[in-house]
Amino acid sequence: MEIPKELEKSADDAIGHYPPEEKRSAALPLLHLVQQEFGFINDDAISWVADKLAVEPIKILELVTFYPGFRQKAPGEYHIRVCRTLSCAMAGCHKTMEKICEIAGIDRSKVSHHDPIAVSSDGKFSIEFAECLASCGTGPVCLVGDDFHEEVKPENAKALLQQYK
Amino acid sequence: MANPRYISGKTPHSRETRMIFRNVDRVGWNPSIEKYLEDGGYNSFKKSLKMTPSEVTDEVKASGLRGRGGAGFPTGVKWGFIPPNNSKPVYLICNADESEPGTFKDRYILHQDPHQLIEGILISSYAVGAKIAYIYVREEFPEGAVILERAIEEARRAGLLGKKIAGTGFECEIYVHRGAGAYICGEETGLIESLEGKRPYPRIKPPYFPAALGLYMCPTIVNNVESLCHVKHVISMGGDKYSRLGTPRNTGTRILCVSGDVRKPGYFEIEVGKLTMGELINDLCGGMKKGRKLKAVIPGGSSAKVLRADETYTIRDGEGEKTIGLSDIPMDFDSLAACGSMAGSGGVIVMDDSRDMAWVLNNINTFYAHESCGQCTPCREGSLWMKKITDRMLEGGGVPSDVETLASVGDNIAGRTICAFGEACSWPTQSFVAKFPEEFKKHTKRRNVGKALNPEAKVASAGIKDKH
Ligand SMILES: Cc1cc2nc3c(=O)[nH]c(=O)nc-3n(C[C@H](O)[C@H](O)[C@H](O)COP(=O)(O)O)c2cc1C
Ligand code: SF4
Ligand code: FES
Repeated sequence: MEIPKELEKSADDAIGHYPPEEKRSAALPLLHLVQQEFGFINDDAISWVADKLAVEPIKILELVTFYPGFRQKAPGEYHIRVCRTLSCAMAGCHKTMEKICEIAGIDRSKVSHHDPIAVSSDGKFSIEFAECLASCGTGPVCLVGDDFHEEVKPENAKALLQQYK
Repeated sequence: MANPRYISGKTPHSRETRMIFRNVDRVGWNPSIEKYLEDGGYNSFKKSLKMTPSEVTDEVKASGLRGRGGAGFPTGVKWGFIPPNNSKPVYLICNADESEPGTFKDRYILHQDPHQLIEGILISSYAVGAKIAYIYVREEFPEGAVILERAIEEARRAGLLGKKIAGTGFECEIYVHRGAGAYICGEETGLIESLEGKRPYPRIKPPYFPAALGLYMCPTIVNNVESLCHVKHVISMGGDKYSRLGTPRNTGTRILCVSGDVRKPGYFEIEVGKLTMGELINDLCGGMKKGRKLKAVIPGGSSAKVLRADETYTIRDGEGEKTIGLSDIPMDFDSLAACGSMAGSGGVIVMDDSRDMAWVLNNINTFYAHESCGQCTPCREGSLWMKKITDRMLEGGGVPSDVETLASVGDNIAGRTICAFGEACSWPTQSFVAKFPEEFKKHTKRRNVGKALNPEAKVASAGIKDKH
């Protein structure tokens, strides 16, 4: 795994936000940097973060397996997170999910608690349900990468995906 | 200061008092420091620097400000818990995890008015003696984190951060720390563990009260985004004047977030206790959807106990004891507690007569089953059992004893766990089952065995579901 110079620098900056004897605090920031750069977090990345923070790799792996925001497998080119919690569910998010999957060609029949992400056959889109995205008044809401979208009714699914052609 | 104009369609309702949300949806507003300074920004911080830290804390105590993150604990009192003879560094943490379902207020402060938050953090850091403040932002606010970083950089360039701020001896740095999608990071000790680079397993209290043994085992004050913004206004107007907003013991304004089956969901900043549930739903939110009747309300985020439209409650006010209905409940901490629920995070979820309460509870249970950190057996197992029982009820696999079993699982979690998530996950089950028993009984006759009626139950529980 090749670590780009800028990544190394951003990592050192992040470590500087915490007291020198508390470097481990930079674990989440470093994992975010790695995931942004490579799309997911593999064993090499875990070792790199562990080395940087002078902790055993298991201390980093246990974070990657705990936090839903970290992935160990490649997502699609655009990763979609659809809120499934109460207000969005009342607004119809399950239909929205179905519609997006139908249009993008994603099969969610094999997803599970431990492997919640499904990728489209062309690798363009991946999708998962997320818990309340804190915009319950404008549901159904979703995130596509870092972009936030409100009122994504099933009939808006097509227009949503077209923005990511 | 002139009254701002607002984006058409998002103009505040006449019953609102916009203080914290003064700049949200404001015409011509943007989150830059220039706009903020033009509007008198950072004057309260400068004012606080002319006071002693304990004078600032005294103003906050006098204001009666109660935390807006969930528990409603008095902010000034919390600050006073830092041990008096402390020689360790003190930390301030802004809780921007905003993850309680139904809550969507901190989002707008982060995105549209980050300098108000920074000013609140600076004043609070000065009061408690913190030289470093962290803003723990949930991962699902990527844009919010960028806006905050930019605002912090602007404040630094304006000499409001760093050493010798505004020519005084006060020094302070603020850093943004992003979470990674776990609800339990909103619980303050879970948050602290997360900030230390660990799994966010909440700590046992006592002894780990953050004000004494918090981040890196140093005194730490954790406050919600909205609470910290209120501090700015307390200093600006003085604690005494602030305390006259709202009602006694429930002072100031707060933002209520309404979602669900109302015509116009949204956020409303009101004086605490000066508005009833009925006014909120009917006047501010335009009432229920056409042809629909109110059935139930969750008044303070998904963990708050549900209130039924046709219940009556006994509350006490200045005039003594009285019996009221759901619509008459004043929207404040003490009244909602007296009605057996809580004001919590201000997230009001409204349900009409088209909703199946077993379906609603199943959705909530799925959330808690997913988010339990897993440290305590009653919570880890119980939250999943409550989900599985409601799953099978919806799928047509319910059995007659299910209602009782469901309630007993809830009863055996609350009070037996390390953190308040135990209560948060059992209160919905306890209250829904107690208040809508007939709806749950309906789902206990086996039918359609094997055929999922609820697409979510099928999808979300794949791999961890009972075979039936
Ligand atoms: C399970 C759980 C989740 C919580 N989530 C949040 C949250 O997302 N945001 C928040 O400000 N407080 C949350 N809290 C409350 C915090 O623990 C803490 O009390 C609060 O941040 C203190 O701030 P305040 O005094 O300003 O309200 C949560 C508590 C529990 C038990
Ligand atoms: S109550 Fe639940 S969330 Fe809280 S520490 Fe125990 S297992 Fe974790
Ligand atoms: S329920 Fe979907 S954003 Fe809160």
